[in-house]
Amino acid sequence: MEIGLSHYLSVAAILFTLGVIGIFLNRKNVIIILMSIELMLLAVNINLVAFSAFLNNLSGQIFALMILTVAAGEAAIGLAIVVTYFRNRGSIAVEDINMMKG
Amino acid sequence: MEHASPLVEYLPLLPEIIVLLGALILLLLGVFQEGKGEKLVWGLSMLVMALASFVAIKDWGVNATLFNDSFVINDFTRLLKVMVLVGGIITIYMSISYLTEAGMFKSEYMVLMLFALLGMMMMISANDLIAMYLGLEVQSLALYVMAAFRRDNVRSSESGMKYFVLGALSSGMLLYGCSMVYGFSGSVYFSEIAKTAMGDGTVSVGMIIGLVFILAGLAFKVSAVPFHMWTPDVYEGAPTPVTAFFAVCPKIAAMGILLRIIYEAFPELTTQWNQIIIFISIASMLLGAFGAIGQTNIKRLMAYSSIGNMGFALVGLAAGNREGVEGVLIYLMIYLVMTVGVFACILSMRRNEKMVEEIDDLKGLSQNNLPAAFMLALLMFSLAGIPPLAGFFAKFYVFMAAVKADMFILAVVGVLASVVGAFYYLRIIKIMFFDDAKDAFNEMPSQLKVVLGLSGLFVLFYIVYPNPLIDGARLAAKALLPTV
Repeated sequence: MEIGLSHYLSVAAILFTLGVIGIFLNRKNVIIILMSIELMLLAVNINLVAFSAFLNNLSGQIFALMILTVAAGEAAIGLAIVVTYFRNRGSIAVEDINMMKG
Repeated sequence: MEHASPLVEYLPLLPEIIVLLGALILLLLGVFQEGKGEKLVWGLSMLVMALASFVAIKDWGVNATLFNDSFVINDFTRLLKVMVLVGGIITIYMSISYLTEAGMFKSEYMVLMLFALLGMMMMISANDLIAMYLGLEVQSLALYVMAAFRRDNVRSSESGMKYFVLGALSSGMLLYGCSMVYGFSGSVYFSEIAKTAMGDGTVSVGMIIGLVFILAGLAFKVSAVPFHMWTPDVYEGAPTPVTAFFAVCPKIAAMGILLRIIYEAFPELTTQWNQIIIFISIASMLLGAFGAIGQTNIKRLMAYSSIGNMGFALVGLAAGNREGVEGVLIYLMIYLVMTVGVFACILSMRRNEKMVEEIDDLKGLSQNNLPAAFMLALLMFSLAGIPPLAGFFAKFYVFMAAVKADMFILAVVGVLASVVGAFYYLRIIKIMFFDDAKDAFNEMPSQLKVVLGLSGLFVLFYIVYPNPLIDGARLAAKALLPTV
């Protein structure tokens, strides 16, 4: 069987959905949310690289590199915020993030 | 093509360069003068922003594209940049008393704000998907940190965390949309994307999916329903001057890029985006009006108010004509002034050296500080849309645009939502003037007096001389939609 564009897109769509579901269904730990966010961004990268190869257009790969860079910065800031939260609250369980209703 | 000097090409970029260099220099200054240079950094940061907006205004009417068409400068982007810069100046100016009292008067605060503004300016001028994403992230990363800036406070950290998780989710959705649009149009440039869609009038499903995801991602940033859930919590938890900044600048910048991407990348998909915008506009207006009724915390109330206000601004976008764009721009300008005024008053709510945030704490403000109560009442009447104050005209322009586009239902829903919204704005006035007085607030810092006074005078006297704002909005709308 030939692996075509649609296969890549399906994998990316599944990974992206898993990432979104991971953010909303997870009730345990904020770190898992950070991992889900990475999963979403990487799914987008698969999408972009697959399109880029299929279209013979380099922009997609450049875009993917940019996303990798930004994702690294985003993870650093996310972890820093989690650390400050842990210092104040002594827990990073998702169900404990409830000082404010909503 | 021959160039006199390679640097001259980049002159239109001067406002961004000033903000970037200013931020870097102030960062160094703050590190070397830690503990004594904060006030200098505070003053210089405002100077940097004022200089950048002055340079931007000076070039009014000049059009340019830079970096292989990735970056566009015209009257539309210029007006929005000046708006975010002015918002930045005012919010940084009035934050000093709060920052000093809370022990968070650090130079990083000003530097982060400058970086956030730089991201907004990049985003407003972006002309391709990559540039838009990068601008958006420069803005968001700085804002996540600002929300959690009060490190020893659990509410501030929590609001930073919530903002981070939901903001990252929204950038993920935006990116997924960008990847789909790129894949089905073959380009990341707005102009090329627009051409692909034009063809034979049929639009591929992939493009529509991409458009929906991009709109969802941007709706997060303007906090439009159904992507508003972060707003009340983040507004309540973040330090108050940061909340004031959140309520003004990111909203204006996100609205600007929303207008640009819709009109420049998807002009041929009008039927598709129009339904979405109409839906989120109506939903935001209604949720903003009804959600605010039961609130007791004034910052949460302002969160719902800003959701509703974004709904009203989106009415102008839904109208899809040049009057609508003008309406959105005027709405955003007046919204900026009204919001900073209200936040100046919220920042002055201190009793026994502690911030109080309940609406009931405003009881008897008219007896303790009549001028402040009068100005806040003016702002509340204006937010409720009572003529002849500025807020009435803001709503009037967007609703007239909707009527002109034959969207009567949208306009009627908007008017009804603003009637419901008037209830909770007027409730604040009733609490201030007619309820039993509580103890007086601490002396109001002079910066807050200035901001509150000026914004109150603006909403009162807007009717006398509205022309500069209207002319600016008209030229900007013309730059965005030259042919319509």
